[in-house]
Amino acid sequence: MGVLTPVEEVLRAAAPQVLGAVVRRYGDFDSSEDAVQEALLAAARQWPAEGVPDNPRAWLIRVASRRRIELLRNDEARRRREALPPDPAPEVRGDDELTLLVLCCHPALTAASQVALTLRAVGGLGTAEIARALLVPESTVGQRISRAKKKLQGARFVLPDNLEERLPGVRQVLYLIFNEGHTASSGTSLHRVELSAEAIRLTRQLHARLPADGEVAGLLALMLLTDARRPARTRPDGALVPLADQDRTLWDSAAIAEGITIVTAALRDTAIGPFQVQAAIAAVHAEAAAAADTDWEQILALYRVLHVLAPGPMVTLNRIVALAEVDGPLVGLRELSLAARDPALADHHRVSAVRAHLLERAGDATAARAEYLVAARRTLSLPERRYLELRASRLR
Amino acid sequence: MKYLILIQSNERSLAVWDAMSDDERTTFGRDHLTLNEEMAEAGVLVAAEGLADPSLARFVSVRGGETIVSDGPFAEVKEHLAGFYLIDCPTPEDAFAWAAKVPDAANTEVEVRPVLDMSGWEF
Repeated sequence: MGVLTPVEEVLRAAAPQVLGAVVRRYGDFDSSEDAVQEALLAAARQWPAEGVPDNPRAWLIRVASRRRIELLRNDEARRRREALPPDPAPEVRGDDELTLLVLCCHPALTAASQVALTLRAVGGLGTAEIARALLVPESTVGQRISRAKKKLQGARFVLPDNLEERLPGVRQVLYLIFNEGHTASSGTSLHRVELSAEAIRLTRQLHARLPADGEVAGLLALMLLTDARRPARTRPDGALVPLADQDRTLWDSAAIAEGITIVTAALRDTAIGPFQVQAAIAAVHAEAAAAADTDWEQILALYRVLHVLAPGPMVTLNRIVALAEVDGPLVGLRELSLAARDPALADHHRVSAVRAHLLERAGDATAARAEYLVAARRTLSLPERRYLELRASRLR
Repeated sequence: MKYLILIQSNERSLAVWDAMSDDERTTFGRDHLTLNEEMAEAGVLVAAEGLADPSLARFVSVRGGETIVSDGPFAEVKEHLAGFYLIDCPTPEDAFAWAAKVPDAANTEVEVRPVLDMSGWEF
């Protein structure tokens, strides 16, 4: 997946530039965005049969500008339109994509709205495609987008002065889109896989625009290194394959090489941040030819850094997993019971899953089985439940 | 995350319904429609339906490749599913807030169940 047709490729790349040009010209994000969406749909219908025009962006800008005028039917809008010089030729600017991305990730919007709006306005995906990918009805996505646009009314289409402060939010939205796709495991979820490819494409663009931003680089590397394992992380029936059991020959070596190059440069040249550390952890896993070769000491050290930079329940759990690999399951179990006092972890099914795993390694099959079953009951993920139940039944 | 809000019909809910005036019943129905619209407007609604009477239910089974459609089992059931809202929202707390708006919650109670997804932790 992630392979676009030539027409799709042109459209997706042009979408934010066209929208940028139109919205900068007319200043009205809401109707401009609708108009560009319709121009994209028209192009997707016409171009495969009639061929891509010589200047696709100009074609799209022209069609979108006309469509926008048709969309504005009320008198006030007509008056405004008539006051404009005739048939303007909106121009494309280099920072339009970034301006648009930052706008779509506006902190006033909910995460669900940020995701939907970014995919449509910056990614050039249609509402129906987004709905299929997010597994919700098209009308629900449409509503999220129109709510978002209502909230953005009056927002100016310029790069904000506080760009640095807005970038963490942008990275978070891109990571969210990636994870929506990454957590999809099989068959019916193919459309979701597209989301990971789209997140990588957008993050790659952002990295090209802001090469000195170490965390954008870290995020791109993390996505590439995580996505590289996709072919090995699920079986054809959708069952999860844990890292230790994955067939590493299936990993995408080109994506791994690229990810490692990017994160190595970022760690060397820029200030350290959580995405870089997570990418570095993924890189250590990627560098081990077999699970037994994994450099767990280095992974543990990286999780300790991450625990300082961006502490959280999942970081705590992963640090304990690494600790158990280095110092043995009993040390891991001791740390785990301390960590489980944190209310954020107390009832978390992954605490049970890790405890079960460590108990199994420590040779206590009965207790391990009981913990696997507790974890299986508490998880909200179908593949995870199947995996945990399988582990439990092996210990019967 | 998706959550299913289940509305059960049981002796208690039937007693409340029985005691309602016609106007109150109209309001009750309208409140469901309003909630539907509110959920749709908020971009959280996936699906919502009310179910026909369980006497209209049929039971389908397959035995030896043969499909059997029957009226049974006839066991006395005191409680049955009367309707549901399937919503997509970020946290359980959001789901509880929506559930609290279901008109039935003011009479009896509604059940909120998280829906399994296909996510997975690669450990």
